[in-house]
Amino acid sequence: MRKHSWLLLFLLSACAVQAPPPRAAEPAAPRTVTVMTHDSFSASESVIAEFERAHNAKVVVLKSGDAGSTLNKAILSKDAPLADVIYGVDNTFLGRALAADILEPYNAPALAAIPDRFKLDPQNRLLPVDYGHVMVNYDKAFLEAKGLMPPTSLRALTEPQWKGSLVVENPATSSPGLAFLLATIAAFPEGSAYDWRQFWRDLRANDVYVSPDWSDAYYNQFSGSSGKGPRPLVVSYATSPAAEVFFSEGKLQAPPTGNVEGTAFEQIEFVGILKGTKNRDLAEKWVDFMLSKRFQEDIPLQMFVYPVLPEAALPEVFVKFGQPPAQFFTLSTAEIDRGRERWIEEWERIVVK
Amino acid sequence: MRMLKQIAPAAPALLFLAVFFAWPLVEIGRVSFTPGAFGRGVTPLTVLRDPAYLSVALFTLWQAALSTALTLLAGLPIALAFARYRFAGQGFWRAAAVVPFVMPTVVVAAAFSALLGPRGLVNQMLQALFSLEQPPIQLFGSLPFVLLAHVFYNVAVVIRLVGGFLANLSPSLEEAAAGLGAGRWQIVRSVLLPLSLPAIGAASALVFLFSFTSFGVVLILGGARFATLEVEIYQQATQMLRLDVAASLAVIQMAITLLVGWASAWLEAQSGASLEVRPGSDVQRKPTTLAARALLFGSLTFIALVLLAPMITLIVRSFDWESGSPWRYYTALGQNIRGALFFVPPQVAIGNSLFFALVTMALTLLLGLPLAYALAYLKRRRWLEAILILPLGTSAATLGLGFLVTFDQPPLDLRRSFVLLPVAHTLVALPFFVRAALPAFRALDQRLREAARGLGAGPLQVMRYIDLPLLAPPIAAAAVFAFAVSLGEFGASLLIARPEYPTMPVVIYRFLSQPGALNYGQAMAMSSLLMLVTASSAALIEWIRAR
Repeated sequence: MRKHSWLLLFLLSACAVQAPPPRAAEPAAPRTVTVMTHDSFSASESVIAEFERAHNAKVVVLKSGDAGSTLNKAILSKDAPLADVIYGVDNTFLGRALAADILEPYNAPALAAIPDRFKLDPQNRLLPVDYGHVMVNYDKAFLEAKGLMPPTSLRALTEPQWKGSLVVENPATSSPGLAFLLATIAAFPEGSAYDWRQFWRDLRANDVYVSPDWSDAYYNQFSGSSGKGPRPLVVSYATSPAAEVFFSEGKLQAPPTGNVEGTAFEQIEFVGILKGTKNRDLAEKWVDFMLSKRFQEDIPLQMFVYPVLPEAALPEVFVKFGQPPAQFFTLSTAEIDRGRERWIEEWERIVVK
Repeated sequence: MRMLKQIAPAAPALLFLAVFFAWPLVEIGRVSFTPGAFGRGVTPLTVLRDPAYLSVALFTLWQAALSTALTLLAGLPIALAFARYRFAGQGFWRAAAVVPFVMPTVVVAAAFSALLGPRGLVNQMLQALFSLEQPPIQLFGSLPFVLLAHVFYNVAVVIRLVGGFLANLSPSLEEAAAGLGAGRWQIVRSVLLPLSLPAIGAASALVFLFSFTSFGVVLILGGARFATLEVEIYQQATQMLRLDVAASLAVIQMAITLLVGWASAWLEAQSGASLEVRPGSDVQRKPTTLAARALLFGSLTFIALVLLAPMITLIVRSFDWESGSPWRYYTALGQNIRGALFFVPPQVAIGNSLFFALVTMALTLLLGLPLAYALAYLKRRRWLEAILILPLGTSAATLGLGFLVTFDQPPLDLRRSFVLLPVAHTLVALPFFVRAALPAFRALDQRLREAARGLGAGPLQVMRYIDLPLLAPPIAAAAVFAFAVSLGEFGASLLIARPEYPTMPVVIYRFLSQPGALNYGQAMAMSSLLMLVTASSAALIEWIRAR
């Protein structure tokens, strides 16, 4: 890329601000491992501090928007990588990440303890860290007041008694929205007598509401949240009822919301080492750490998803109210990768245009 | 040569725009249109052949024009009332009008939902009153809601800019017209409107461009049925990775912005009269007539109902009315119950927000004042003005990716530096400031300055004793917006964020990304603090100006 000397001069002040303060001479200055991730990443301070102490390292986290934007930024900065590690690529975007050739394989020893069903990249360029389920939630009080039993399948959502009841997120702008679209494609495959297109036409006729993102759907449109919206059904996560209990600070003994069985899609999140890292050894240590019991047990209450490591214990609120659904839909990453853009475009034509 | 000398004060601003605006755009354009990686051959010349994109472009223009008309309709009477009449609490009302400008869209949606939603206050009242089965007002997902929100967000621009301009206008012409027997409407139509045309033009251009590039409002309040160019660019760039389509649409967006900028400059030139400018305190009087009182009452009612009522619902929701400790959500803001790494104490978020806003305002004044000075006395400047307004009509998504591919080599690897944040804010604030301040600069009576020079005053003395006192109100009004642009995080959404410097809107979004009463309550509490910080900052800037 062209660089001009006048630019240098002009920006000298900016860079001066950016430069780290000079440190007193230390035996070995801590090295830095940079983790690029989505905005929802969270971890306990004490857990990260443990890693930093153990490896004399500093962890720098770069939040880069939602999962899709984060991956795209990593792809665009391929020639001059922003970070050593990327976390948060999920199975709906795995194909794009692998095709863009931005990752280095790493056969982490910790993988041995992780069930094979989570390992979607045979070359281990992307390693599973956690999983969760996008799922329809219902508002218990709302249904009770109307004398309704919760729906029990996707198909039930098109019945007249649920007219005007469901809120979904737009798959073109939202990760749970995309996951729910994929659930419906898995449930009503292309080529079957009743395919996903027909299902969405029926949903549209049943007055489904489309929000651009989870926050608006859950808080402004869904009646079961503190935002007290108008509709009793929302596409959210299997762990949302447990989170409602946890964030009530002891006020709630049971969740105000429940999960609608037969509507779940499994999302698995991955970590990978970015090509061109200058800290390969430390990046490996970080990946090992994310797969270790210490980090895995920290995941549930920080990000409200499940650890992939079976021996990681779940917190009590998860055991009581946040068990993974017995059944869920899934699609192979190859199928998702072939269909994703076309499905989103078709969905837009069917549901919103 | 003379032209060069005239334009010299503008050099720092032009350099700033060349480095942080033009260069990243050229780079991302190069990446986007290179066949292969991200492009499949769509160009700005071919993109509108797709009827879907064409209709998005037409809708974008149509809703922006409607929004601008409605905002003017609501804002002009209020601007007149604020400029002409003295009344108790004026400072409060003026500061309050700016608050909506900075609020995150999802929070505004929560506010309107609490007020006008199907289970909102108004619907519940109407249903109880007329025993209706269904809520009579169904706003979510409709065009009227988008327009209402655009008025809500932008009416302050009209109130402050046109009001600030009128506040300095000597009432002698009006008095003369009244003396000649003109009625009230005639004075408004034939005296006030033509005289304030430059300010109205500037405010219209700004409101139009904010509505034209509207993103969150259209996405959240319009439901999925409506899309502006900005929404389409965001989806194509960040979700689909179709950079060719995104960049093509961004070019169309910029071309339209150029035309708007040119039209606004042209409109301003149609009324190039130097006006007799006086300090606002000489102009304002008590509202004694019935018409004056009615105007004032109507203005304050509008602000109370349309701007303040939704905001108040947020404050109501920021308290826990059921438990014994109503301040619970506020105290929780300071507690890190999960020991989370990215926990931000509220004072730090407020501090970060204020710091970035101050830097943005300082940078904007530093670059913008000389730029406005140079532009004010330049002949043949319409296209230059149009180009200078471009950042306001440029897709934030595109520019964000431009930063990513441009500032990626040491020593210019700024991608992860917090420096880019005030830079991105200034890119929006600077054109806003210049557009807002120019009408006032041009209205200065040259004879006054020449007289001062004739009496031996140097250029700095002229600036100190003639220009500054008369220009202070409009400059303060424009500076308030530079500050507010940063507080509301315009255009910075697509930068790479280092969680070390979270601002108030970032913290609000973070709370709203997880379920639970505590998260929602804290989001409302932080939103209430953001309102408080915005209103008091606006009031403080005015107070400093008055000193």
